[in-house]
Amino acid sequence: MSFLISCPRCGPRDVAEFQYGGELQSRPAPGSDIGEWSRYLYDRDNVAGIEKAWWFHRSGCRRWLQVERDTRTNEVGKVAWTLDQGTVVDG
Amino acid sequence: MIGPLRRWRVMRPQEQRSGYDVVIVGGGVHGLAIAYELAKRGVRDVAVLEKAYIGAGGSGRNTAIIRSNYRTPEGVAFYDESVRIYERLGVELGFNVLFSQHGHLTLAHTDSAVAGLRVRAEVNQLQGVDSVVVGVDEIRKLAPALDLSDRPRYPIQAALYHPPGGIIRHDAVVWGYARRAAEMGVHVHQGVEVTGIDLAAGRIAGVRTNHGSIRAGTVVNATAGWASTIAAMVGVRLPIVTHPLQALVTEPLKPFLNPVLVSATLHVYVSQTDRGELVIGAEIDPYASYSHRSTLSFMETSVAHVLELLPSVANVRVLRQWAGICDMTPDFSPIIGPVPDVPGFILDVGWGTYGFKAGPVAGRRVAELIATGQTPAVLAPFSIERFATGSLIGEKAAAAVSH
Repeated sequence: MSFLISCPRCGPRDVAEFQYGGELQSRPAPGSDIGEWSRYLYDRDNVAGIEKAWWFHRSGCRRWLQVERDTRTNEVGKVAWTLDQGTVVDG
Repeated sequence: MIGPLRRWRVMRPQEQRSGYDVVIVGGGVHGLAIAYELAKRGVRDVAVLEKAYIGAGGSGRNTAIIRSNYRTPEGVAFYDESVRIYERLGVELGFNVLFSQHGHLTLAHTDSAVAGLRVRAEVNQLQGVDSVVVGVDEIRKLAPALDLSDRPRYPIQAALYHPPGGIIRHDAVVWGYARRAAEMGVHVHQGVEVTGIDLAAGRIAGVRTNHGSIRAGTVVNATAGWASTIAAMVGVRLPIVTHPLQALVTEPLKPFLNPVLVSATLHVYVSQTDRGELVIGAEIDPYASYSHRSTLSFMETSVAHVLELLPSVANVRVLRQWAGICDMTPDFSPIIGPVPDVPGFILDVGWGTYGFKAGPVAGRRVAELIATGQTPAVLAPFSIERFATGSLIGEKAAAAVSH
């Protein structure tokens, strides 16, 4: 075990229960050009520092959540269904 | 860790100048090979900037496996040239790099894996690479310690045998390149961290470091683990996600294992070094991170998988484990070449888990690119534009896990 993530529903769990879903991004508007879409598909900030990313509680409640984490130390900060209100609708 | 005496023996410290023609960021096998190959071409106003000590990153943390039995023609051409350079590298650099071509066995435990090996063997043979699918009887002769019975959950069915594959002393490769490059006039500055890159009229103008600014018309990003961070200094976003990759080493044993063993099904690879230790590695950790900390779960699963292959090492003790950080691209292939929007900025990044074995050829070809201004044919498929045009390479079958 390397670190814990506190699932909003299940509480603190081993990271091995979760599947990493990549950093949060904003989706291009419909009708954006192909360059915009390929940047969305491939390019990443890949920050060495505080990252906001999607995680899936695969071996738990099987819900997607958002996690703030320092990628240099794996220290987990805020965990929520949605970190920034308004960006994603809670399902 | 390189002590003061060793640092002197490998190369003399040099006075940092205020400007160079070419500044290479990253003092690993790639950066140092580029510097050495530039010097060979007569471009000697070159500095390699390394934030820690040479070989501190991926070059000193990999499992030192060399091979060229890849899946795609682009990949095979590239790594085959690298193996050929490695074969002569000790002579060329005047430094013993201890390359042992013991052979390399990629094990298949399922019908689909056997089919994958057949494709690789065909691609390899068409390009003149010694690579052949062998059955269980042949495997038994090559590696008698392997459990080839029906006892394991996934019994071994066949293997891809690649005789020129093997292992090398990775630190020696780094030191050999650094010493020879320094003898030829290249500067290698350790403990110098790049903190920013200056542009003038949209072109590269120099770098800022913790030891002052340096003017340069060409800056090469030859970092591993920090490619995105360096590229962000000129406003370039890369299709890279950084993951840790862990490895461990056991206490030394009498020589009993000749070839390098790789199993994609079991997510593990193992080789015996010249000193007798078993070096064991696995797949990348399944989340982005820059952390160098090892985990118990890695050791538990890797060791369990090695015991499926080699049950006789059950009582062998693990000496230590470590992690390196790998810049993964979506198609398991590197990103090499100029960046169209930033003249003077050259990439040699995205080397994922396979960068060490490609160091010499990347160095030679990137140096050719810088010295001539022309992209060599072998580099062309790996340009950053491939993501915009959708011309991805798809080396996953041969580059994931199988080192």
